Amino acid sequence: MSGVEYISPGTVAEAISALQAAGGNGRLLAGGTDLLVQMRGGRAKPKVVIDLKGIPGIAAIREEAGGFIIGAAASGALIGEHEGLRKAWPGVVEAANLIGSTQVQGRASLGGNLCNASPAADSVPALIAAGAICVIAGPNGQREAPVETIQSGPGKTTLGKDEVLMAFKLPKRPAHSGDAYLRLIPRTEMDIAVVGAAVSVTLDAPGKCISARVSIGAVAPTALLVETAGSALVGSSFDDVALANLEAAVAVACKPISDKRGTIEYRTKVAAVLARRAALIARDRAQGSDRAQGAAS
Amino acid sequence: MSDGNQPPVDFKVVGQRPIRPDGVDKVTGRAQFGADFHLPGMLTGRIKRSPHAHARIVSIDASAAEKLPGVKAIVTGVDLDVGAGGDIEAGEHAAAMKDVAANVLAGDKVFYQGHAVAAVAATSPEVAAEALDLIVVTYEILPHVIDVDEAMMPGAPVLHDDMYTKGVTPKPAKPSNVAQRHVMGRGDVKAAFASAGVVIEGRYTTAAVHQGYIEPHACVASWGADGQSTIWCSSQGQFLVRAMTARILNLPLSDLKVIPAEIGGGFGGKTTVYLEPVALALSRKCGRPVKLVMSREEVFLASGPTSGASMDIKLAATKDGKITAAEMELRYQAGAFAGSPVNLGCMTAFACYDVENLALVGLDVVSNRPKVAAYRAPGAPMAAFAVESAIDDLARKLDMDPIDLRILNAVKDGAKTVYGATVRYSAFIETLEAVKAHPHYKAKLKPGQARGVAAGFWFNIGGESSAAVHVDEDGGATVVSSNPDIGGSRASMAMMAAETLGLPIERVRCTIADTTSIGFSGSTGGSRVTFATGMAVVEAAQKVVADLKRRAAQTWECDIAHVEWRDGVATCLDPSKNVKPLSMKVLASKSAKTGGPIAAEVSLNAQGAAAGYGVHVCDLEIDAETGRTTVVRYTAAQDVGRAIHPAYVEGQLQGGAAQGVGWALNEEYVYNKQGLLDNASFLDYRMPVASDLPMIDTILVEAKPNPRHPYGAKGVGEVPIVPPLAAVSNAVSALVGKRMTALPLSPVSVLAAMGKG
Repeated sequence: MSGVEYISPGTVAEAISALQAAGGNGRLLAGGTDLLVQMRGGRAKPKVVIDLKGIPGIAAIREEAGGFIIGAAASGALIGEHEGLRKAWPGVVEAANLIGSTQVQGRASLGGNLCNASPAADSVPALIAAGAICVIAGPNGQREAPVETIQSGPGKTTLGKDEVLMAFKLPKRPAHSGDAYLRLIPRTEMDIAVVGAAVSVTLDAPGKCISARVSIGAVAPTALLVETAGSALVGSSFDDVALANLEAAVAVACKPISDKRGTIEYRTKVAAVLARRAALIARDRAQGSDRAQGAAS
Repeated sequence: MSDGNQPPVDFKVVGQRPIRPDGVDKVTGRAQFGADFHLPGMLTGRIKRSPHAHARIVSIDASAAEKLPGVKAIVTGVDLDVGAGGDIEAGEHAAAMKDVAANVLAGDKVFYQGHAVAAVAATSPEVAAEALDLIVVTYEILPHVIDVDEAMMPGAPVLHDDMYTKGVTPKPAKPSNVAQRHVMGRGDVKAAFASAGVVIEGRYTTAAVHQGYIEPHACVASWGADGQSTIWCSSQGQFLVRAMTARILNLPLSDLKVIPAEIGGGFGGKTTVYLEPVALALSRKCGRPVKLVMSREEVFLASGPTSGASMDIKLAATKDGKITAAEMELRYQAGAFAGSPVNLGCMTAFACYDVENLALVGLDVVSNRPKVAAYRAPGAPMAAFAVESAIDDLARKLDMDPIDLRILNAVKDGAKTVYGATVRYSAFIETLEAVKAHPHYKAKLKPGQARGVAAGFWFNIGGESSAAVHVDEDGGATVVSSNPDIGGSRASMAMMAAETLGLPIERVRCTIADTTSIGFSGSTGGSRVTFATGMAVVEAAQKVVADLKRRAAQTWECDIAHVEWRDGVATCLDPSKNVKPLSMKVLASKSAKTGGPIAAEVSLNAQGAAAGYGVHVCDLEIDAETGRTTVVRYTAAQDVGRAIHPAYVEGQLQGGAAQGVGWALNEEYVYNKQGLLDNASFLDYRMPVASDLPMIDTILVEAKPNPRHPYGAKGVGEVPIVPPLAAVSNAVSALVGKRMTALPLSPVSVLAAMGKG
C-alpha cells in the first residue's frame, strides 16, 4: 500500500517538473474542494498531489492596465471581497461566490472550477461571457487561451499534461458595461446547477447594446459560448423581439442530456429563460442600476 | 411561538424552557458520537458491498486479502449464526432476525447495490481498503426490479423463492414479491358509494426517502478473551442493539454490554443494526477491537430509507361534505426484505376522521432496494398524502373551507378507529380551530401564491421503560435514563424529576446508562420516551419522595401522614411537634442514620399513550418559467397534551415540517437502468437547507393533557412529519391548476405539469 505524496512547490517551474516527474499520476491542487472529495470517494487516485498555493501570486488578485489578473488559486472569498472586481465584473464574482458553502468559499478557486471541467461549473459561463483569457505556464514558457477553449468534455481539458493554469485575465471594462450569472438549482444554495447562463453586455450612451457575449452551462458536455445569442442582442434595446431571438438562439445551442438533475426539455427551456433574465440584469447593471446584485433564479 | 397557553401555576419546572443539558458538549465538539471512540490496538473495519442490484453469489475468494500484511480478520455471511431466527420487537415494528442477519452480511444472494458481502479488519484504513479490492466475489447477475408496481406484475423477477404472500387464503401457488396483504375495514362500502353525493378518486405515488441523519452509523466492538464483549455505538436503543447482535451471533445477552454513544440523529433509521454484529464477528476472529464507520454513500446505499408508495384512493361523501366511505389500496416498497410499514399506513390513513365505511388493503412489496427502516411516523406520511389530497379535492369540489370540511369529519373521543382502538383525550378539533383562528390562516395571499392545508395523525406508544433517581449526598439528584437522548429527553427527564422532587432544575442531572446499568427499555422511538420513560422517572422520583417523607417522620417521630413534601422540603404538620422543616440537603446528608442511600429504580410497561394530531398550513409560490417552488410561510399546529419543555416541542414540530417539506419537494432515490442508485450523496439527494425554508411557526395545543401521564405528556416527535406532504402539494396543485399526484414536486415535474416543460 503506497501513500500519496504531497508536494508544495515554490515556483511554477518546480510545479511543472513535479508534474512531469509524476508521469501522469500527479494532480494539481488549488483549493482542493473537488480533488480531495474525489480522492476520498475513490474516484481520483493520484500518487502525487502538487499544491499550487505556494507559487507567488497564484492565489492573489491584482489590477493591471485597467483590467484584472485573478490568480488561478485565488479563493472565492477573496474574489467576493475585492471591491474593484465586484464593481467591474459582478457576474463573475456572483458566479464564483455560488460555489459551495461559506466554508468551501475559503478554498474554492476559479482555476479549480475550470480544470475540474464539470459541465455545470458555475464560474465558467461567467468567465466565458466576460471574455476572460487563461494564462497557462508550460515547460516552454507561457501561453494564453480564451476560457471557452479549455474544457473539452466532462472531466477533460485541452491543457497539456505538463501545463499549469496560472491566472485569468479580465479585460478593462468600457463604460456602460455589465454582466450577470444565473443558475437554476432546486434548493437555494449548496447545490449544483441544473442550468446556468451568463451574459456580459456593453451599451452605448443611450442604452443600445453594442456588444454582448452569452454563455450557458450544464446544457452540453462543456460550457458553451453562444455567439448567435450575443448577436441577437447587439443593436437592440433589449426589446421583446431581441430577447425572443436570444432565447431561440440559446435553445438551439443547447445539447443537454436527461439525467437525475433535469430532462433535455427542461434544461433547454430553462436555459433560454435564464439567459433572458441574465441579459436584463446585465443591462440594468450596465445602466448603473444594481438592483439584481447576487440574484438567483 | 405557542398559542398563549401558560403552564399551570402549580408547576415550577414543567412548561419552562431551561437550557439544553447536553447543549454545551454538542456545540463545543466535546460530545462523543459513535465514531469518536478509540481503544488501544483497535483495527479499522471496512465492508465490501455488492456492485449489482440483484445477483447470486457464486463464490467469495478472500485468500489474497488474507495474505495481505496488516489484515487481521475477514468475515462473510457464514460467520453469522442466527439459528432459528424468529422476530424481535423493535419498537414500531417486529424485525425478522433471519432477514436482519442476511442484510448485515449477505447469504447466497445480494438483493441491492451496496448489500454487504464481506468485511475486513486491518491495521489501517489503507490496508483495509486494499484488502477489499483483493476479495474476489463472483456473481451471477440476475434480473432486477426497482418500482413497487412493476415488482407486483406477472413475470417480474422474484427476489425470494420462498416468499408466498401472507394474508391470502388459500396460500398462493407461486412465490411473488408481495410479502403480505393486510386488510382492514368496516361497514358497507359498496352501498355507501352507491348512494354517494360526491365521489373523489385518485392515484398517488411517493418516492423512497432517507431520514438523512447527520451522523453516519458507527460502532466499536471488542470481544473479550472470556467471551464477554462490549459495543460502543450510536443507536436509538442500546438494548435493541444488544438483542439483535446477540441473536445474530448466538450469544447470551448477559455476555454483551452495549454502551450508548451520543446520537447525531436517527429519526427511526437507527432502530436496527447494520455494523454492530459485523464488527463483533471481526473482533471475535482476531481478538482485537474493531471500529466500523459508514461513509455517507454507504448510508444511502445500505441503510434503510422509508418506503416509496403507490396508492389508489376513492372517497364517497354527501353533498354537505360528510365523508361516508373510503376505499384505499396502499402498495409500499419494503426494500429487499419483507417489512414495510404499510400496515401502519392503513391504520393511520383515516385515523383523523370519523368515516363509517372503510375498506383498506395494504401490500408489502419487496424489490431490489435497501431494506426500509423506520422513519418518523413510519408509513403514515405517504397515506396521509393521498388522503389529504383527496380531501382537498373534496373541499374544492364542494367549495368548502378545507378546515371546516375537516372539522365536520373530525374524529371525536369515544369513536372507534379502524384498527380497534377507542379515541381518547384527543384534541384534533381544537387543533383545527386553533389554526383557523391563527393570523396565518387569516392572512391574505399575494398574487401568485397559494395556501395548502393538511392534517396528520400518529398513535404514539408507551411500552417498557426503566429509570432510576439517585439523591446525591449534597441534596441534588441524578436521573438515570434507559433511552438515548435524541430529541432533548435528558432535559425533559430531569425536568419531570425536578418537578416531582421539588428541586430547581439546576440540581438535577440526567445520564444515559448502558445495558448493564439500568433495567431494560424499549428503543427511543414511537414518540414514547417522554411518555413512558418519563413515567418511570416520575414514579422513581415519587418513591424517593415517599422515602424522604418516611425519613422525616422517623426523625421527628411523627406519623408519616403528618409530613408534607413541598419545594424540596419536608414540613411537619403535627401541631404537637415543634420541629424545623427538613430540606432535601439535610435529609441527604444524614441518610446513613435513616436507612442508607436514597434512590429508587422503576421498571414499567407504560399504558395509556394518547395519539397526537397535527394540522399544517403552507403558503408557497412557483416561478412559472422554471417550476421552482418557494415556501413563503408555514405554520404547524399540534395536539401535544402538555409540553414538558415547550421549546423542544416546537423544535420537533419545526423539524418534522422541514423533513416533510423536503419529502414533498425534492427528496427521492433515483435509480438508473441497471438498478443502481444514481444519487447516493447529499449533493443530489436534496434535503432542504436552512435557507430553503421560512421560520416555521408553531401552535402548541394544550387543550387535552393526557390524564394517563403524571404531567399530561403526549408523544410529539412523529405527528409533524405526517401533514407536510399534502400541505405542500395542495398549495402546489392550486397554483398549477391541477391535482399533483406524484412526489417529489421538483422543478422539472412542476414545469412539466404546467405544460411548459
